[in-house]
Amino acid sequence: MKRPRVFEKFRDVQAELERSGRAIFRDAKGVESLVIRYPYSITYIHSYAEDSPFFLGLAEGRLMGSRCTKKGCRFVYATPRGHCMVCGGATQWLEMPKVGRVHSWTTCHYGSEAFLKETPYNLALIEFDGAGSLLLVRLKQATEQEIYVGMPVEARFDPEPTFSVTDVWFVPSPSGNAQRPVPP
Amino acid sequence: MVSGGVTKFAKAHPAMDFRLMVKRAYDAALRDVPSLTPDRIDGSRISYFSDHFSRQLKAASMVQDYLGLNPKGSVRIEWGGATGGECFQAAYEAVASGRMEVCLAAGYETMSRVATWKGNEFIALASDTNFDFPLGGFYTGYYALMVVRHIYEYIRLKKFAHIKDEREAQRLAIAEGSRVMSLVSVKNHLNALHNPYAQYPKRLSVEDVLRSEMISYPITREQICTMSDGAAVAILCSEARAKEFTDRPVRVTGVGCGTDTMRLADRPFGKVPLMPGERASDYEELPYPGVHSFRAGRSAGLEAYRMAGITRPNQELDFIELHDAYASSEIQTYEDLGLCKYGEGYDFVERGDPFLTNVDYPFPTPNAGATPVNPSGGLIACGHPVGATGLMQAVFAHWQLQGRIKKHFGDGTLQIKDAKRGAIHSHAGTGSSVTVSILERGFRP
Repeated sequence: MKRPRVFEKFRDVQAELERSGRAIFRDAKGVESLVIRYPYSITYIHSYAEDSPFFLGLAEGRLMGSRCTKKGCRFVYATPRGHCMVCGGATQWLEMPKVGRVHSWTTCHYGSEAFLKETPYNLALIEFDGAGSLLLVRLKQATEQEIYVGMPVEARFDPEPTFSVTDVWFVPSPSGNAQRPVPP
Repeated sequence: MVSGGVTKFAKAHPAMDFRLMVKRAYDAALRDVPSLTPDRIDGSRISYFSDHFSRQLKAASMVQDYLGLNPKGSVRIEWGGATGGECFQAAYEAVASGRMEVCLAAGYETMSRVATWKGNEFIALASDTNFDFPLGGFYTGYYALMVVRHIYEYIRLKKFAHIKDEREAQRLAIAEGSRVMSLVSVKNHLNALHNPYAQYPKRLSVEDVLRSEMISYPITREQICTMSDGAAVAILCSEARAKEFTDRPVRVTGVGCGTDTMRLADRPFGKVPLMPGERASDYEELPYPGVHSFRAGRSAGLEAYRMAGITRPNQELDFIELHDAYASSEIQTYEDLGLCKYGEGYDFVERGDPFLTNVDYPFPTPNAGATPVNPSGGLIACGHPVGATGLMQAVFAHWQLQGRIKKHFGDGTLQIKDAKRGAIHSHAGTGSSVTVSILERGFRP
């Protein structure tokens, strides 16, 4: 059995792991540590549970929020939740307008490993007339130079949904009209 | 608190696993208080953030085991980025409740075990995995969303209100905000030149910070902390026992913890919980916290200050070690902790309040020494091995209050003269939970 190759830089150890899956790191004091590649993957059985109508709605080209049913509260959530965080009351589903405004935004030039190949991409928090909370989305067809707080935007839906929150994204809105949620 | 220890934080410690790292920090802490032998320790609270990084469930049991503390009581503490701060408070509670006379708080993280971008993915899993993570889950992106709004509220609307063109005004405001964030980065990296435990001490110019790689607009690489391997421990005990072990004990006089919604999108637009000295009229048109401020930080600060009897934190705290995972969040946190009012964070930096008098910065800092923040170099320069970070702050604060920075750092530059009272601040997931603890000198010098 061959002894793994020895490296004095951790970066080189990482590269060797990609090649052979084993390496020895030798530190400045000459201490050797055996380092191996150890893959680990999981497939979850993930239920959207009480959030399901939101994701089913996206597949039908609808943006679903929720509204507290308690009299005197009626808080409207642009990102739906089953129970109200203000009063604890149950919420009911309601369709959100497809037009809103950028509340805040960024362009990610790096990202988690899962999204690195998609960089650069824009994230934006969207505010809707009549809603008390925001919705986080990807903002497409707009560059870092163009986006600003307050920019009118509108929703686009994936014609081939993957039943993920990425089934909706926003683009700059030529009309620029923000509408009230239905019903008000 | 009677003693503390830290390992030097590093990109990777391949020759030490998590157990050995904690052991090294633990032994360092024990060396400082020779009369405190391990048999005097009643139990422990052990913190690490991520089971994904560890790939070892119940890793805290293996720490307890390796330190030889079985069969004493112990529990693992996890609370995102604030894990270390929570661990400190859990140990405090174990002692304050009378359950233990002496409690060890120990924390670590081993983030080098995956590639950097995989590590970012693990961290981003501490955001809502239905609604947030799949969009491009990335913590720098989340903090960028927050600081863009912070800049909008306080620079665009306040300082550039006269500019009509909205895009132009916002670009100028962001450039201004970025410049001030860079001052914070320069400060923390420079302070760390005098801290041998720091991972990334260096001399940077404002331009170096601004021109470093753009990670998530407008946050650049030098405005962000890095992933680290490291461990830290703090030993807490009852007041009666403390005098047995050291003639320089540090008292924990206040603890506070606050929380907020996991999703940024759900943050409320309400009213500011006021610090003593603030008036409701100061914030009449400010929707709070929105995504621009950390309500959890303000709540934690208010609770800890109330307990410690602090009414003017910027005058009554001799230093603050706060959670600057991003230069932006350091500025936001000044305001949350009442070191200045909301909206004054940028001016606070420009005036020089959070800078040290002993360090030579490459720009004017007229108020240096007023309210030193992150004398150690903070997370940006010391590193951020999550489960250890809040405890590292406790250790540095402990040495400050003991007047022993020179002894431990081999360089007294960072010693705050006659430091009597300090605060440590630990922060998790876009401000979803924050702890603040107040530490005071518990002896006559």
